[in-house]
Amino acid sequence: MASGTRPRTPPPALLDATALEALVDALRARGFTVMGPTVRDGAVVIAELTSAADLPYGVGVDTDAGRYRLRARDDRAAFGHSAGPQSWKNVLHPPRALVWSADRTPDGSMAGGEPARERRYALLGVRPCDLAAIKVLDRVLTGGRQADPVYTGRRDGNLIIAVECTEPGAVCFCSSMGTGPGTDDGFDLALTELVDGGEHLFVVRAGTGEGAEILAGLPARPADEGIVERAREAVGAAAGRMGRTMRPGSLPDLLAEARGSPHWDDVAARCLTCGNCTMVCPTCFCTTPEDVTDLTGDHAERWRRWDSCFDLDFSYLHGGSVRTSGRARYRQWLTHKLGTWHEQFGSSGCVGCGRCIAWCPAGIDLTREIDALAAAGAG
Amino acid sequence: MTTTVPTLAVWKFASCDGCQLSLLDCEDELLAVAGRVRVAHFLEASRHVEPGPYDVSLVEGSITTAADARRIRDVRKMSRTLVTIGACATAGGVQALRNFADVDEFRSLVYARPEYVSALATSTPIAAHVDVDHELHGCPIDRGQLLEVITALLLGRRPDVPAHSVCFQCKQRGNVCVAVAHGTPCLGPVTRAGCGALCPAYRRGCYGCFGPMETPNAAAEAALLRATGLSDEDVRRMYRTFHTADPVFIALSEVTAGPAGRPDDRA
Ligand code: SF4
Ligand code: SF4
Ligand code: SF4
Ligand code: SF4
Repeated sequence: MASGTRPRTPPPALLDATALEALVDALRARGFTVMGPTVRDGAVVIAELTSAADLPYGVGVDTDAGRYRLRARDDRAAFGHSAGPQSWKNVLHPPRALVWSADRTPDGSMAGGEPARERRYALLGVRPCDLAAIKVLDRVLTGGRQADPVYTGRRDGNLIIAVECTEPGAVCFCSSMGTGPGTDDGFDLALTELVDGGEHLFVVRAGTGEGAEILAGLPARPADEGIVERAREAVGAAAGRMGRTMRPGSLPDLLAEARGSPHWDDVAARCLTCGNCTMVCPTCFCTTPEDVTDLTGDHAERWRRWDSCFDLDFSYLHGGSVRTSGRARYRQWLTHKLGTWHEQFGSSGCVGCGRCIAWCPAGIDLTREIDALAAAGAG
Repeated sequence: MTTTVPTLAVWKFASCDGCQLSLLDCEDELLAVAGRVRVAHFLEASRHVEPGPYDVSLVEGSITTAADARRIRDVRKMSRTLVTIGACATAGGVQALRNFADVDEFRSLVYARPEYVSALATSTPIAAHVDVDHELHGCPIDRGQLLEVITALLLGRRPDVPAHSVCFQCKQRGNVCVAVAHGTPCLGPVTRAGCGALCPAYRRGCYGCFGPMETPNAAAEAALLRATGLSDEDVRRMYRTFHTADPVFIALSEVTAGPAGRPDDRA
C-alpha cells in the first residue's frame, strides 16, 4: 500500500483532549476491549482501559540504559511518555496461551477442544515504532504457510489508534530504523498530540473507513492548514531529537563479518543472560510448548509460553544445548534481530523502540554494541 | 487394582515444615493426589504409617545430626524415587549459616544444658548424603511445581521445571522490573525461576530463595546490585540467606565488583 494516498479518507480533524473520553466510550460501545497505556507500579503499562480517565495524563518518563523512572510533567499530555516494559505483543502474542486441550472419553478415545474465540481489541496509543512492530509480527506469525491461530484470533478485527511522537525518549532510535516518529499507514485513526500553554488538542487523521466512521461520531471540528502544519513540524522536529542512533549501513553484513569478533566476550561479561531484552522486544516471537496433564491423565492441555534465545534449553538438541556460553547467546539475539531477520522475514527485526536498552538490568545498549563490533572489525 | 496404586511418603529433616505445608495447602488438588496415590507416610497429615518400600518419597529438610545422616540412608533404601523439596533439602537451608560459624559457641550460649544437644558442625543438603532423583527449589517450594513433579512422576513424563532466570517469569507475569524502575536490588537475574516472580509482583526485589539459575553471571549481577546502592558487604549478605551453603551462591557472593575493563553503561 502506497503511503499518503488515501483519496477517500476525510481531511484531518481537530479534537479537544476532553474528546478522548467520547472516543474510549465509543469504542467500548462498539464492543471493543480497549487496550492502552496506564500507570501501574511506577511504570506506564498496557492494560484494559475502562475510560479515558485511566490514561497517564501528565506522566512523563526519564529513561536510559537500565533505568526507567516516572516523572510529573508540567502539562497534562496523555501520551507524553516513551516505551514502558510492555508492548502490543503482550496483547496480540500473549506470554502464555492455550494451544489445545483434550479429554479422554469413556470409550478411551481422545476428544480435542478448540481454544476459545478471542475478543475484539482496540489498541489505543500505538506509537509508529510499535505499529511497525505489529507489521513485523504480522509477517512472522501470519505470513507463512500456517497462520498462527492464537495471534490471528487476537489480531483480526483490531482497531488501531496510532499516536505520533513529538518527544522521543532517551533510548529511542526509530528514525534510524525508518519506523517513526510519524506514520502514514497501518492505522484506523492517527492522533498527534499538541499541548501548549492552556491548549491541549489532537490532530486526527482517519486511515480506514471504520476509523472515519468513529471519527464522525466524535465532537471533532475541521483542522485548518496551520495547525496541521504545526503537528507535522512537531513530529519532524522529533526525528532530530532521538536519544540514540543506530549505525547506518548493512547490519546483516556487519554481523556476518563479526561472527568471530572478540567483542562478543566483552558484552558477554556484562550480560546476565536474564532474557529481559527478548521479553520486552515487541517483535521477539519465540515460544516453547508446555504440556499440562491433570493427575488422572484424563485431561491434557498444550500451552505455549514466551521463550528466549537466552534460555539454555532454547537450543537443547539431543545431548545438550548448542549455545551454552553467554557470548553465543548474546550473539544469537543481536544477529537474529538485526541481521538474519532480513533474510528470513524481509525486514529488520528491530524497530528502534529502545525497550531492550531501558529494561536490560545490566544496561546493555544494542546501538553501542553494534558500534563496538564495527570498531573492533575496523581496528 | 488397589495393589498398583503408587505409595507416597513425606519425610522431615531439619526444616520449618513450610514445604510440607505447601503440599497440604494444595487443598483441592491434594484430594486428587490422594485419589491417585496411597499416602503411606506423612506425619504432618496423619498418624497412620505404612511400612516401606515407597514409590515416591518427598524429603524436606537438611542433615544436621548424625542420626539424621543415618536416617536419610534408610529413607533412600526404602524409596524408588526420591524428590527433595525446598531450600533446606536441596541446599542446606538458612540453618547452614552455622557452616560459617562455631556451633559449640552457639550451643553454649543458647542452651542451659549444651551437653544435651547433639548436632553436626554443618547443615548439608540431602544430595550430599544420598542420590536424589529430582530437586525442587524454593523457600518454600511453589505448590504448582510440586504438583507438576508429582503429576509427571505418576504419568511417567518429564516434569517442566525450568532453570532460567526469575526475570523470564517476571516479564511473563507483567511485573514492572523493580531494579530498572525503582532502583531496588534484585537477585532475579541470577536466580532460578519457579516462584512465578512473586516478590517483584509485590514491589520487592528477589531474595534468591530458589537458588542459582542455570548460568549466573556474578560480575554482571554485582554491577546491578552496586548500581542500586549496595555495599560490598550488602552484596555478600544478599546471597547468604536461603542458599547460604550453595556453592554457586557462595562463589557469587565473593564477586562484589562489576565486569572489569569497561565502564558501566548506566553511568
Ligand atoms: S531490539 Fe530493542 S530497540 Fe529494537 S525493537 Fe527490539 S526492544 Fe526495540
Ligand atoms: S532474538 Fe532470540 S528470542 Fe528474539 S526472535 Fe530471535 S531467536 Fe527468538
Ligand atoms: S542483554 Fe541485558 S536484558 Fe538481555 S539477557 Fe543480557 S543482561 Fe539480560
Ligand atoms: S524485578 Fe528482578 S526478577 Fe523481575 S525483571 Fe527485574 S531484575 Fe528480573
